[in-house]
Amino acid sequence: MTTPSSTPTRPVLGPLLRRLTGDEKHAPSAHSTLDVLWVLYDRVLRISPETVDAPDRDRFLLSKGHGPAAYYAVLAAKGFIPEHWLDDLAGPESRLGHHPDRLLVPGVEIGSGSLGHGLGLAVGTVLGLRAQGLTEPRVYVLLGDAELDEGANHEAIAYAGATGLDALTAIVVDNRSASHGWPGGIASRFTVNGWTASTVDGHDHDELAEALTTRHPGRPHVVVAAVAPKEY
Amino acid sequence: MRDAFVQTTTDLLENDPRTALVLADISADRFVDAARRHPDRVLNVGIREQLMVGVAGGLALTGMRPIVHSYATFAIDRTYEQLKLDLDHQGVGAVVVSVGASYDGAEMGRTHLSPADVALVDTLTGWTVHVPGHPAEVPALLRAAARHDEPVYLRLSTQVNDLPRPGAGRLTVVHRGSPVAPVVVAVGPMLHPLLAAIAGLDVTVAYTHTPRPFDIAGLRELLPTPDASVAPAVVLVEPYLAGTSSAVLGEGLADVPHRLLALGVGRTDLRRYGTAADHARWHGLDAAGLRRSISAFLG
Repeated sequence: MTTPSSTPTRPVLGPLLRRLTGDEKHAPSAHSTLDVLWVLYDRVLRISPETVDAPDRDRFLLSKGHGPAAYYAVLAAKGFIPEHWLDDLAGPESRLGHHPDRLLVPGVEIGSGSLGHGLGLAVGTVLGLRAQGLTEPRVYVLLGDAELDEGANHEAIAYAGATGLDALTAIVVDNRSASHGWPGGIASRFTVNGWTASTVDGHDHDELAEALTTRHPGRPHVVVAAVAPKEY
Repeated sequence: MRDAFVQTTTDLLENDPRTALVLADISADRFVDAARRHPDRVLNVGIREQLMVGVAGGLALTGMRPIVHSYATFAIDRTYEQLKLDLDHQGVGAVVVSVGASYDGAEMGRTHLSPADVALVDTLTGWTVHVPGHPAEVPALLRAAARHDEPVYLRLSTQVNDLPRPGAGRLTVVHRGSPVAPVVVAVGPMLHPLLAAIAGLDVTVAYTHTPRPFDIAGLRELLPTPDASVAPAVVLVEPYLAGTSSAVLGEGLADVPHRLLALGVGRTDLRRYGTAADHARWHGLDAAGLRRSISAFLG
Protein backbone atom coordinates (compact mmCIF):
# COMPACT_ATOMS: atom_id res chain seq x y z
CA MET A 1 0.00 0.00 0.00
CA THR A 2 1.27 3.48 -0.79
CA THR A 3 0.79 6.27 1.65
CA PRO A 4 1.78 9.91 1.44
CA SER A 5 5.30 10.57 2.65
CA SER A 6 5.62 12.15 6.05
CA THR A 7 6.11 15.73 6.91
CA PRO A 8 9.23 15.71 9.11
CA THR A 9 8.18 15.47 12.75
CA ARG A 10 10.82 17.35 14.65
CA PRO A 11 10.83 20.77 12.99
CA VAL A 12 7.05 20.98 13.29
CA LEU A 13 6.46 19.45 16.70
CA GLY A 14 9.64 20.32 18.59
CA PRO A 15 8.70 23.94 19.25
CA LEU A 16 5.15 22.95 20.18
CA LEU A 17 6.37 20.37 22.66
CA ARG A 18 8.72 22.91 24.21
CA ARG A 19 5.75 25.23 24.73
CA LEU A 20 4.03 22.43 26.62
CA THR A 21 6.93 21.32 28.75
CA GLY A 22 9.08 24.42 28.90
CA ASP A 23 11.92 21.97 28.52
CA GLU A 24 14.63 22.61 25.93
CA LYS A 25 16.38 19.32 26.49
CA HIS A 26 13.54 16.90 25.84
CA ALA A 27 13.87 15.85 22.22
CA PRO A 28 10.66 14.80 20.50
CA SER A 29 12.02 11.27 20.32
CA ALA A 30 11.69 11.11 24.09
CA HIS A 31 7.95 10.98 23.61
CA SER A 32 7.12 7.35 22.94
CA THR A 33 3.85 8.06 21.19
CA LEU A 34 4.92 11.04 19.11
CA ASP A 35 5.74 9.31 15.86
CA VAL A 36 2.67 7.08 15.96
CA LEU A 37 0.43 10.07 16.57
CA TRP A 38 2.07 12.10 13.85
CA VAL A 39 1.77 9.34 11.27
CA LEU A 40 -1.88 8.82 12.22
CA TYR A 41 -2.85 12.45 11.86
CA ASP A 42 -0.52 13.20 8.95
CA ARG A 43 -1.07 10.14 6.80
CA VAL A 44 -3.79 7.81 8.04
CA LEU A 45 -6.84 9.33 9.75
CA ARG A 46 -9.60 10.83 7.63
CA ILE A 47 -10.31 13.65 10.00
CA SER A 48 -9.68 17.39 10.03
CA PRO A 49 -10.65 20.33 12.23
CA GLU A 50 -13.64 20.80 9.92
CA THR A 51 -14.88 17.22 10.32
CA VAL A 52 -14.50 16.62 14.06
CA ASP A 53 -18.25 16.00 14.32
CA ALA A 54 -18.84 14.30 10.97
CA PRO A 55 -20.59 10.96 11.53
CA ASP A 56 -18.40 9.21 8.95
CA ARG A 57 -15.04 10.49 10.22
CA ASP A 58 -12.34 8.10 11.31
CA ARG A 59 -11.99 7.93 15.08
CA PHE A 60 -8.80 8.04 17.10
CA LEU A 61 -9.18 7.15 20.77
CA LEU A 62 -6.21 7.78 23.05
CA SER A 63 -6.75 5.14 25.70
CA LYS A 64 -3.39 5.68 27.33
CA GLY A 65 -4.33 9.16 28.46
CA HIS A 66 -1.29 9.99 30.54
CA GLY A 67 1.56 12.04 29.12
CA PRO A 68 -0.60 13.59 26.39
CA ALA A 69 1.94 16.29 25.43
CA ALA A 70 2.63 14.65 22.08
CA TYR A 71 -1.13 14.35 21.44
CA TYR A 72 -1.75 18.02 22.16
CA ALA A 73 1.23 19.05 20.04
CA VAL A 74 -0.09 17.05 17.09
CA LEU A 75 -3.62 18.44 17.52
CA ALA A 76 -2.16 21.96 17.55
CA ALA A 77 0.06 21.30 14.55
CA LYS A 78 -2.95 20.04 12.60
CA GLY A 79 -5.14 22.97 13.58
CA PHE A 80 -7.59 21.22 15.92
CA ILE A 81 -6.64 23.49 18.82
CA PRO A 82 -4.94 26.89 18.99
CA GLU A 83 -1.21 26.74 19.65
CA HIS A 84 -1.47 29.15 22.56
CA TRP A 85 -3.43 26.54 24.51
CA LEU A 86 -0.12 24.71 24.87
CA ASP A 87 1.34 27.45 27.07
CA ASP A 88 -0.77 26.74 30.16
CA LEU A 89 -0.82 22.96 30.52
CA ALA A 90 -3.05 21.92 33.43
CA GLY A 91 -3.47 25.50 34.61
CA PRO A 92 -6.69 26.49 36.37
CA GLU A 93 -8.17 27.93 33.17
CA SER A 94 -6.54 25.46 30.77
CA ARG A 95 -8.50 23.11 28.56
CA LEU A 96 -5.47 20.84 28.39
CA GLY A 97 -4.70 18.72 31.42
CA HIS A 98 -2.38 15.86 32.15
CA HIS A 99 -5.20 13.63 30.95
CA PRO A 100 -7.39 14.80 28.05
CA ASP A 101 -11.09 15.60 28.39
CA ARG A 102 -13.22 15.19 25.27
CA LEU A 103 -15.66 17.86 26.39
CA LEU A 104 -12.85 20.41 26.62
CA VAL A 105 -10.69 19.69 23.57
CA PRO A 106 -11.94 19.71 19.95
CA GLY A 107 -10.92 16.56 18.14
CA VAL A 108 -10.46 14.50 21.29
CA GLU A 109 -12.81 11.53 20.99
CA ILE A 110 -12.66 10.26 24.58
CA GLY A 111 -11.67 11.52 27.98
CA SER A 112 -9.06 9.12 29.28
CA GLY A 113 -6.56 8.67 32.07
CA SER A 114 -7.73 5.68 34.05
CA LEU A 115 -6.20 2.82 32.10
CA GLY A 116 -8.16 0.14 30.32
CA HIS A 117 -11.18 2.10 29.13
CA GLY A 118 -10.33 3.03 25.54
CA LEU A 119 -10.52 -0.37 23.92
CA GLY A 120 -14.04 -1.07 25.19
CA LEU A 121 -15.19 2.36 24.05
CA ALA A 122 -13.56 1.71 20.69
CA VAL A 123 -15.39 -1.61 20.32
CA GLY A 124 -18.67 0.15 21.09
CA THR A 125 -17.84 2.88 18.60
CA VAL A 126 -17.20 0.30 15.87
CA LEU A 127 -20.51 -1.39 16.68
CA GLY A 128 -22.40 1.91 16.72
CA LEU A 129 -21.02 2.92 13.34
CA ARG A 130 -21.82 -0.48 11.88
CA ALA A 131 -25.39 -0.39 13.24
CA GLN A 132 -25.89 2.90 11.40
CA GLY A 133 -24.52 1.55 8.14
CA LEU A 134 -21.33 3.61 8.40
CA THR A 135 -18.87 1.05 7.08
CA GLU A 136 -16.15 3.40 5.84
CA PRO A 137 -14.82 4.90 9.08
CA ARG A 138 -12.04 3.11 10.88
CA VAL A 139 -11.58 3.27 14.63
CA TYR A 140 -8.05 3.48 16.02
CA VAL A 141 -7.26 3.15 19.70
CA LEU A 142 -3.83 3.68 21.24
CA LEU A 143 -2.74 1.78 24.35
CA GLY A 144 0.49 1.25 26.23
CA ASP A 145 2.10 -2.11 26.95
CA ALA A 146 1.68 -1.59 30.71
CA GLU A 147 -1.92 -0.56 30.18
CA LEU A 148 -2.58 -4.10 28.97
CA ASP A 149 -2.20 -5.16 32.60
CA GLU A 150 -5.76 -3.91 33.11
CA GLY A 151 -8.13 -6.83 32.69
CA ALA A 152 -10.81 -4.79 30.94
CA ASN A 153 -8.61 -4.76 27.83
CA HIS A 154 -8.74 -8.50 27.63
CA GLU A 155 -12.53 -8.51 27.67
CA ALA A 156 -12.43 -6.26 24.60
CA ILE A 157 -9.60 -8.12 22.86
CA ALA A 158 -11.44 -11.44 23.15
CA TYR A 159 -14.79 -10.06 22.03
CA ALA A 160 -13.46 -7.99 19.11
CA GLY A 161 -11.57 -11.01 17.85
CA ALA A 162 -14.45 -13.41 18.27
CA THR A 163 -16.83 -11.13 16.39
CA GLY A 164 -14.33 -10.07 13.71
CA LEU A 165 -14.56 -6.30 14.11
CA ASP A 166 -12.42 -5.41 11.12
CA ALA A 167 -13.02 -1.66 11.40
CA LEU A 168 -10.94 -1.70 14.58
CA THR A 169 -7.20 -1.12 14.78
CA ALA A 170 -5.46 -1.13 18.14
CA ILE A 171 -2.01 0.34 18.51
CA VAL A 172 0.10 -0.76 21.45
CA VAL A 173 3.10 1.48 22.05
CA ASP A 174 5.55 -0.90 23.67
CA ASN A 175 8.23 0.72 25.80
CA ARG A 176 8.47 -2.41 27.94
CA SER A 177 7.09 -0.70 31.00
CA ALA A 178 4.72 -3.48 32.14
CA SER A 179 5.99 -4.59 35.56
CA HIS A 180 5.78 -8.28 34.74
CA GLY A 181 6.33 -8.02 31.00
CA TRP A 182 4.47 -9.93 28.32
CA PRO A 183 6.31 -13.23 27.86
CA GLY A 184 5.70 -14.48 24.35
CA GLY A 185 5.10 -10.97 23.09
CA ILE A 186 2.25 -8.52 23.06
CA ALA A 187 0.99 -9.43 19.60
CA SER A 188 0.28 -12.99 20.70
CA ARG A 189 -2.36 -11.75 23.19
CA PHE A 190 -4.29 -10.46 20.22
CA THR A 191 -3.56 -13.07 17.55
CA VAL A 192 -4.65 -15.94 19.78
CA ASN A 193 -8.04 -14.21 19.83
CA GLY A 194 -8.28 -13.93 16.06
CA TRP A 195 -6.66 -10.57 15.43
CA THR A 196 -4.01 -9.92 12.81
CA ALA A 197 -0.88 -8.21 14.06
CA SER A 198 2.07 -6.16 12.85
CA THR A 199 5.07 -5.39 15.02
CA VAL A 200 7.00 -2.37 13.81
CA ASP A 201 9.60 0.20 14.83
CA GLY A 202 7.53 2.80 16.66
CA HIS A 203 9.63 5.63 15.24
CA ASP A 204 9.70 4.50 11.60
CA HIS A 205 7.04 6.47 9.79
CA ASP A 206 6.84 4.30 6.71
CA GLU A 207 6.59 1.11 8.71
CA LEU A 208 3.92 2.66 10.92
CA ALA A 209 1.91 3.98 7.99
CA GLU A 210 2.04 0.63 6.24
CA ALA A 211 0.95 -1.25 9.35
CA LEU A 212 -1.78 1.24 10.25
CA THR A 213 -3.41 1.06 6.84
CA THR A 214 -3.27 -2.72 6.58
CA ARG A 215 -6.76 -4.22 6.43
CA HIS A 216 -7.74 -7.83 6.84
CA PRO A 217 -11.41 -8.49 6.12
CA GLY A 218 -13.20 -10.02 9.08
CA ARG A 219 -10.41 -9.48 11.60
CA PRO A 220 -9.39 -6.60 13.85
CA HIS A 221 -5.77 -5.54 13.57
CA VAL A 222 -3.17 -4.64 16.16
CA VAL A 223 -0.01 -2.67 15.52
CA VAL A 224 2.64 -3.16 18.16
CA ALA A 225 4.89 -0.10 17.96
CA ALA A 226 8.19 -0.88 19.64
CA VAL A 227 10.02 2.09 21.13
CA ALA A 228 13.00 2.47 23.47
CA PRO A 229 12.41 0.89 26.89
CA LYS A 230 11.26 3.30 29.54
CA GLU A 231 14.09 4.35 31.84
CA TYR A 232 13.56 4.62 35.55
CA MET B 1 -41.06 -7.19 35.47
CA ARG B 2 -38.39 -8.98 33.48
CA ASP B 3 -41.04 -10.09 30.97
CA ALA B 4 -42.20 -6.50 30.59
CA PHE B 5 -38.61 -5.41 30.02
CA VAL B 6 -38.04 -8.10 27.39
CA GLN B 7 -41.27 -7.30 25.55
CA THR B 8 -40.79 -3.53 25.58
CA THR B 9 -37.13 -3.74 24.58
CA THR B 10 -38.00 -6.11 21.74
CA ASP B 11 -40.57 -3.58 20.52
CA LEU B 12 -38.08 -0.73 20.80
CA LEU B 13 -35.50 -2.68 18.79
CA GLU B 14 -38.14 -3.27 16.15
CA ASN B 15 -39.38 0.29 15.91
CA ASP B 16 -36.54 2.60 16.89
CA PRO B 17 -33.29 2.14 14.94
CA ARG B 18 -31.40 4.11 17.58
CA THR B 19 -32.00 1.43 20.20
CA ALA B 20 -29.22 -1.06 20.87
CA LEU B 21 -29.25 -3.73 23.57
CA VAL B 22 -25.97 -4.75 25.21
CA LEU B 23 -25.98 -7.94 27.25
CA ALA B 24 -23.44 -9.91 29.25
CA ASP B 25 -25.12 -13.31 28.80
CA ILE B 26 -27.83 -12.60 31.39
CA SER B 27 -31.26 -12.75 29.67
CA ALA B 28 -29.61 -13.40 26.27
CA ASP B 29 -31.89 -16.43 25.90
CA ARG B 30 -34.86 -14.07 25.99
CA PHE B 31 -33.61 -12.05 23.04
CA VAL B 32 -32.74 -14.82 20.59
CA ASP B 33 -35.37 -13.78 18.05
CA ALA B 34 -34.56 -10.09 18.43
CA ALA B 35 -30.87 -10.86 17.90
CA ARG B 36 -31.71 -12.76 14.72
CA ARG B 37 -33.73 -9.82 13.42
CA HIS B 38 -31.30 -7.12 14.53
CA PRO B 39 -27.84 -8.68 14.74
CA ASP B 40 -26.13 -5.27 14.71
CA ARG B 41 -28.21 -3.94 17.62
CA VAL B 42 -28.54 -6.91 19.94
CA LEU B 43 -25.02 -7.35 21.26
CA ASN B 44 -24.17 -10.06 23.74
CA VAL B 45 -20.54 -9.54 24.75
CA GLY B 46 -20.38 -12.66 26.91
CA ILE B 47 -19.71 -12.57 30.64
CA ARG B 48 -17.84 -9.27 30.36
CA GLU B 49 -19.63 -6.54 32.28
CA GLN B 50 -16.84 -3.97 32.05
CA LEU B 51 -16.97 -4.36 28.28
CA MET B 52 -20.77 -4.25 28.34
CA VAL B 53 -20.71 -0.73 29.74
CA GLY B 54 -17.69 0.33 27.67
CA VAL B 55 -19.52 -0.79 24.53
CA ALA B 56 -22.57 1.16 25.66
CA GLY B 57 -20.38 4.24 25.99
CA GLY B 58 -18.99 3.75 22.50
CA LEU B 59 -22.45 3.19 21.03
CA ALA B 60 -23.69 6.36 22.68
CA LEU B 61 -20.72 8.31 21.33
CA THR B 62 -21.91 7.43 17.82
CA GLY B 63 -25.46 8.59 18.59
CA MET B 64 -27.09 5.27 19.46
CA ARG B 65 -29.24 4.76 22.57
CA PRO B 66 -27.85 1.74 24.41
CA ILE B 67 -29.84 -0.35 26.84
CA VAL B 68 -27.55 -2.29 29.17
CA HIS B 69 -28.84 -5.20 31.21
CA SER B 70 -27.67 -7.62 33.86
CA TYR B 71 -28.12 -8.49 37.50
CA ALA B 72 -27.92 -5.29 39.52
CA THR B 73 -24.74 -6.31 41.27
CA PHE B 74 -23.00 -6.91 37.92
CA ALA B 75 -24.58 -4.01 36.03
CA ILE B 76 -23.85 -1.42 38.73
CA ASP B 77 -21.53 -2.58 41.51
CA ARG B 78 -19.10 -4.42 39.27
CA THR B 79 -18.99 -1.76 36.54
CA TYR B 80 -18.90 1.31 38.72
CA GLU B 81 -15.83 2.82 37.09
CA GLN B 82 -17.19 2.17 33.60
CA LEU B 83 -20.43 3.93 34.53
CA LYS B 84 -18.42 6.82 35.94
CA LEU B 85 -15.91 7.15 33.11
CA ASP B 86 -17.30 5.45 29.99
CA LEU B 87 -20.69 7.15 30.37
CA ASP B 88 -20.63 10.11 32.78
CA HIS B 89 -17.17 11.44 32.00
CA GLN B 90 -17.67 11.05 28.24
CA GLY B 91 -20.83 13.13 28.52
CA VAL B 92 -23.07 10.34 27.24
CA GLY B 93 -25.85 8.25 28.75
CA ALA B 94 -27.39 4.81 28.63
CA VAL B 95 -30.38 2.99 30.04
CA VAL B 96 -29.18 0.47 32.60
CA VAL B 97 -31.87 -2.11 33.37
CA SER B 98 -31.19 -4.49 36.23
CA VAL B 99 -32.85 -7.53 37.67
CA GLY B 100 -32.01 -9.19 40.98
CA ALA B 101 -32.83 -6.20 43.14
CA SER B 102 -31.44 -6.24 46.70
CA TYR B 103 -32.28 -9.73 48.01
CA ASP B 104 -34.45 -10.98 45.14
CA GLY B 105 -31.77 -13.62 44.60
CA ALA B 106 -31.58 -14.57 48.28
CA GLU B 107 -31.01 -18.26 47.64
CA MET B 108 -27.92 -17.39 45.57
CA GLY B 109 -26.26 -15.65 48.48
CA ARG B 110 -24.33 -12.44 49.02
CA THR B 111 -22.53 -12.48 45.66
CA HIS B 112 -25.87 -11.95 43.93
CA LEU B 113 -27.35 -9.38 46.34
CA SER B 114 -27.27 -5.71 45.44
CA PRO B 115 -28.61 -3.43 48.16
CA ALA B 116 -26.03 -0.69 47.41
CA ASP B 117 -26.79 -0.09 43.71
CA VAL B 118 -28.89 3.05 44.06
CA ALA B 119 -26.40 4.51 46.54
CA LEU B 120 -23.65 3.97 43.97
CA VAL B 121 -25.70 5.55 41.20
CA ASP B 122 -26.21 8.50 43.54
CA THR B 123 -22.49 9.25 43.34
CA LEU B 124 -22.84 9.74 39.57
CA THR B 125 -24.20 12.85 37.87
CA GLY B 126 -27.73 13.48 36.70
CA TRP B 127 -29.06 9.94 36.67
CA THR B 128 -32.78 9.28 36.72
CA VAL B 129 -33.60 6.23 38.87
CA HIS B 130 -36.79 4.26 38.37
CA VAL B 131 -37.80 1.59 40.89
CA PRO B 132 -41.11 0.29 39.57
CA GLY B 133 -43.42 -1.44 42.00
CA HIS B 134 -45.40 -3.34 39.38
CA PRO B 135 -44.67 -4.89 35.96
CA ALA B 136 -47.28 -2.65 34.32
CA GLU B 137 -45.23 0.39 35.31
CA VAL B 138 -42.20 -0.81 33.35
CA PRO B 139 -43.13 -0.26 29.66
CA ALA B 140 -43.84 3.47 29.91
CA LEU B 141 -40.70 4.09 31.97
CA LEU B 142 -38.51 2.19 29.50
CA ARG B 143 -40.08 3.80 26.43
CA ALA B 144 -39.62 7.27 27.87
CA ALA B 145 -36.00 6.48 28.76
CA ALA B 146 -35.26 5.23 25.24
CA ARG B 147 -36.36 8.52 23.70
CA HIS B 148 -33.59 10.74 25.08
CA ASP B 149 -29.86 10.53 25.75
CA GLU B 150 -29.61 11.07 29.50
CA PRO B 151 -28.48 8.35 31.95
CA VAL B 152 -31.28 6.24 33.41
CA TYR B 153 -31.24 3.36 35.87
CA LEU B 154 -34.29 1.09 35.78
CA ARG B 155 -34.27 -1.29 38.74
CA LEU B 156 -36.55 -4.28 38.29
CA SER B 157 -37.59 -6.59 41.11
CA THR B 158 -39.56 -9.74 41.70
CA GLN B 159 -41.24 -7.96 44.64
CA VAL B 160 -44.44 -6.30 43.42
CA ASN B 161 -47.32 -4.20 44.70
CA ASP B 162 -50.96 -5.18 44.23
CA LEU B 163 -51.67 -2.46 41.69
CA PRO B 164 -49.66 -0.52 39.13
CA ARG B 165 -49.40 3.23 39.54
CA PRO B 166 -47.83 4.32 36.25
CA GLY B 167 -48.23 8.02 36.95
CA ALA B 168 -46.19 7.96 40.15
CA GLY B 169 -43.08 9.67 38.83
CA ARG B 170 -43.95 12.23 41.45
CA LEU B 171 -45.17 11.39 44.92
CA THR B 172 -48.69 10.00 44.71
CA VAL B 173 -50.86 9.85 47.79
CA VAL B 174 -52.11 6.33 48.34
CA HIS B 175 -53.55 6.78 51.82
CA ARG B 176 -54.50 10.16 53.28
CA GLY B 177 -54.14 10.69 57.02
CA SER B 178 -55.31 13.66 59.07
CA PRO B 179 -53.82 17.14 58.49
CA VAL B 180 -51.31 16.49 61.27
CA ALA B 181 -50.43 12.98 60.10
CA PRO B 182 -46.76 12.12 59.50
CA VAL B 183 -45.78 11.34 55.89
CA VAL B 184 -44.55 7.88 54.97
CA VAL B 185 -42.99 7.54 51.52
CA ALA B 186 -42.79 4.12 49.90
CA VAL B 187 -40.42 3.61 46.97
CA GLY B 188 -41.32 0.89 44.46
CA PRO B 189 -42.34 -2.48 45.83
CA MET B 190 -42.13 -1.34 49.47
CA LEU B 191 -45.67 -0.02 49.17
CA HIS B 192 -47.17 -3.48 49.52
CA PRO B 193 -45.74 -4.32 52.96
CA LEU B 194 -46.10 -0.71 54.07
CA LEU B 195 -49.86 -0.61 53.46
CA ALA B 196 -50.19 -3.76 55.55
CA ALA B 197 -48.03 -2.19 58.27
CA ILE B 198 -49.94 1.04 58.89
CA ALA B 199 -53.42 -0.27 59.70
CA GLY B 200 -54.89 1.98 62.37
CA LEU B 201 -52.02 4.51 62.29
CA ASP B 202 -52.70 8.13 61.45
CA VAL B 203 -50.20 8.54 58.61
CA THR B 204 -50.28 9.78 55.04
CA VAL B 205 -48.73 7.29 52.63
CA ALA B 206 -47.21 8.48 49.36
CA TYR B 207 -45.72 6.32 46.64
CA THR B 208 -43.20 6.86 43.88
CA HIS B 209 -41.47 4.66 41.34
CA THR B 210 -38.93 7.38 40.60
CA PRO B 211 -36.69 8.24 43.56
CA ARG B 212 -34.29 10.25 41.36
CA PRO B 213 -34.92 13.00 40.93
CA PHE B 214 -36.80 12.81 44.22
CA ASP B 215 -40.04 14.76 44.27
CA ILE B 216 -39.03 17.12 47.05
CA ALA B 217 -41.71 19.68 46.14
CA GLY B 218 -44.37 17.00 46.44
CA LEU B 219 -43.02 15.89 49.78
CA ARG B 220 -43.02 19.44 51.12
CA GLU B 221 -46.66 19.81 50.16
CA LEU B 222 -47.52 16.67 52.13
CA LEU B 223 -45.70 17.68 55.31
CA PRO B 224 -48.11 18.09 58.21
CA THR B 225 -48.91 21.58 59.39
CA PRO B 226 -45.98 22.71 61.53
CA ASP B 227 -46.59 22.63 65.23
CA ALA B 228 -44.11 24.68 67.19
CA SER B 229 -43.69 21.92 69.74
CA VAL B 230 -43.18 18.94 67.40
CA ALA B 231 -41.11 18.73 64.22
CA PRO B 232 -43.04 16.99 61.42
CA ALA B 233 -42.10 13.35 61.01
CA VAL B 234 -41.13 11.82 57.69
CA VAL B 235 -40.59 8.10 57.16
CA LEU B 236 -38.84 6.82 54.07
CA VAL B 237 -39.24 3.16 53.13
CA GLU B 238 -36.85 2.08 50.38
CA PRO B 239 -36.15 -1.38 48.95
CA TYR B 240 -32.38 -0.82 48.85
CA LEU B 241 -29.74 0.29 51.35
CA ALA B 242 -31.27 2.09 54.32
CA GLY B 243 -30.59 5.81 54.20
CA THR B 244 -29.86 5.95 50.47
CA SER B 245 -32.16 8.96 50.07
CA SER B 246 -31.42 10.58 53.44
CA ALA B 247 -28.97 13.07 51.96
CA VAL B 248 -31.40 14.07 49.21
CA LEU B 249 -34.19 14.63 51.74
CA GLY B 250 -31.85 16.37 54.15
CA GLU B 251 -30.92 18.85 51.46
CA GLY B 252 -34.48 19.24 50.19
CA LEU B 253 -35.88 19.85 53.66
CA ALA B 254 -32.91 21.82 55.01
CA ASP B 255 -35.07 24.84 55.82
CA VAL B 256 -37.94 22.84 57.30
CA PRO B 257 -37.88 21.42 60.82
CA HIS B 258 -38.43 17.68 60.46
CA ARG B 259 -37.54 14.30 61.85
CA LEU B 260 -36.55 11.58 59.38
CA LEU B 261 -36.61 7.81 59.75
CA ALA B 262 -35.00 6.12 56.75
CA LEU B 263 -35.82 2.43 56.48
CA GLY B 264 -34.28 0.02 54.01
CA VAL B 265 -31.90 -2.88 53.69
CA GLY B 266 -29.26 -3.11 56.42
CA ARG B 267 -25.54 -2.98 55.71
CA THR B 268 -24.56 -6.27 57.29
CA ASP B 269 -23.81 -9.31 55.16
CA LEU B 270 -26.16 -11.70 56.92
CA ARG B 271 -24.45 -14.76 55.39
CA ARG B 272 -27.82 -16.42 55.05
CA TYR B 273 -29.69 -17.79 52.06
CA GLY B 274 -33.45 -18.43 52.32
CA THR B 275 -36.04 -16.45 50.39
CA ALA B 276 -36.64 -12.78 49.67
CA ALA B 277 -39.42 -12.91 52.25
CA ASP B 278 -36.95 -14.19 54.84
CA HIS B 279 -34.54 -11.32 54.06
CA ALA B 280 -37.37 -8.80 54.22
CA ARG B 281 -38.13 -10.07 57.70
CA TRP B 282 -34.48 -10.08 58.80
CA HIS B 283 -34.06 -6.49 57.60
CA GLY B 284 -37.29 -5.38 59.25
CA LEU B 285 -38.91 -4.65 55.91
CA ASP B 286 -41.89 -6.99 56.18
CA ALA B 287 -45.18 -5.57 57.43
CA ALA B 288 -44.50 -6.48 61.06
CA GLY B 289 -40.99 -5.03 61.00
CA LEU B 290 -42.10 -1.82 59.35
CA ARG B 291 -44.89 -1.48 61.89
CA ARG B 292 -42.43 -1.91 64.74
CA SER B 293 -39.98 0.69 63.41
CA ILE B 294 -42.59 3.24 62.41
CA SER B 295 -44.54 2.94 65.68
CA ALA B 296 -41.38 3.33 67.74
CA PHE B 297 -40.34 6.39 65.73
CA LEU B 298 -43.72 8.10 65.90
CA GLY B 299 -44.11 7.28 69.59
